[in-house]
Amino acid sequence: MTDTTALLGELPADGPAAPPRSNGELVFAAPWEGRAFGLMLALTEQGVFTLSDFQAALINSIARWDELQRPVEEYHYYECWLAALETLVVEKTPVTNPEIDALTSHYLTRPAGHDHDHDHDHDHHH
Amino acid sequence: MTAMPDARPPAPIRTEALEALLTERGLVNADAINGLINRFVNDVGPMNGAKVVARAWTDPDYKERLLTDGTAAVGEFGFSGPQGEHIVVVENQEDMHNVVVCTLCSCYPWPLLGLPPDWYKDPAYRSRIVREPRTVLNEMGLALDDSVDITVWDSSAENRYFILPQRPAGTEELSEDELAALVTREAMVGVAQVGAPG
Repeated sequence: MTDTTALLGELPADGPAAPPRSNGELVFAAPWEGRAFGLMLALTEQGVFTLSDFQAALINSIARWDELQRPVEEYHYYECWLAALETLVVEKTPVTNPEIDALTSHYLTRPAGHDHDHDHDHDHHH
Repeated sequence: MTAMPDARPPAPIRTEALEALLTERGLVNADAINGLINRFVNDVGPMNGAKVVARAWTDPDYKERLLTDGTAAVGEFGFSGPQGEHIVVVENQEDMHNVVVCTLCSCYPWPLLGLPPDWYKDPAYRSRIVREPRTVLNEMGLALDDSVDITVWDSSAENRYFILPQRPAGTEELSEDELAALVTREAMVGVAQVGAPG
């Protein structure tokens, strides 16, 4: 995990006092952060949960990281964001944790460079 | 309950799986998500807040409305949307500097400033700016005279703070647009001041 997240570089190692940057910086350090952000907003627009629900979940997720991960792992804001999103999705939609885990594992086994967008259905049908 | 990060597969893959499952259920679609991302990457950013500041500097009536009801006053520009509710505007003074943090997560006035920068979300900024604001501001390049008091405002779902910086000296002749160009995101969060032009 650290390999991937380190590459994504959400925060510099010497983080806290890293100088403010220009206004033109990238909003998302990696494409998946944008997807996680957009998924959250899309679900609030659909009324699946509210922005307040999400903020509460994000606060919990960050607090949990503070408690458990802080001593051992670099902070990754969008990891906390994604954990909060998963929690709410499982709570508020028919999507289940085992489903998410199964599809994630399936994606992990696909060959590199394989174009995979939303193709997991094929496994059920072929 | 979610497993802890170190036990979990990489976030990009989990995000992709989550999106696929939600799409399959008809709860989201790629176009809508692309539109939302595009809006926050390209259309919403600190230039919105800068326009508000420049207006407040040049129009005393607007400034009064802004300090009274931030959400309504920025709404006059059409700036609204997620995290645009409950905007509270605080004005810097000669002897009082204000700075904003969200100690619990990352509450931030999106419609005015876009999404927060990394340093704003950093655990160290979130805790240290409260305990030792003068030191942290110094580290970020803002050396305040000891005679200037510092107030730290903790944003939350209830109040999202926005700083009205001091107008720099020597800008009397500048137009509203020229003034807006001087205003940085950092100044509107309170970790910098607005510098004179040139």
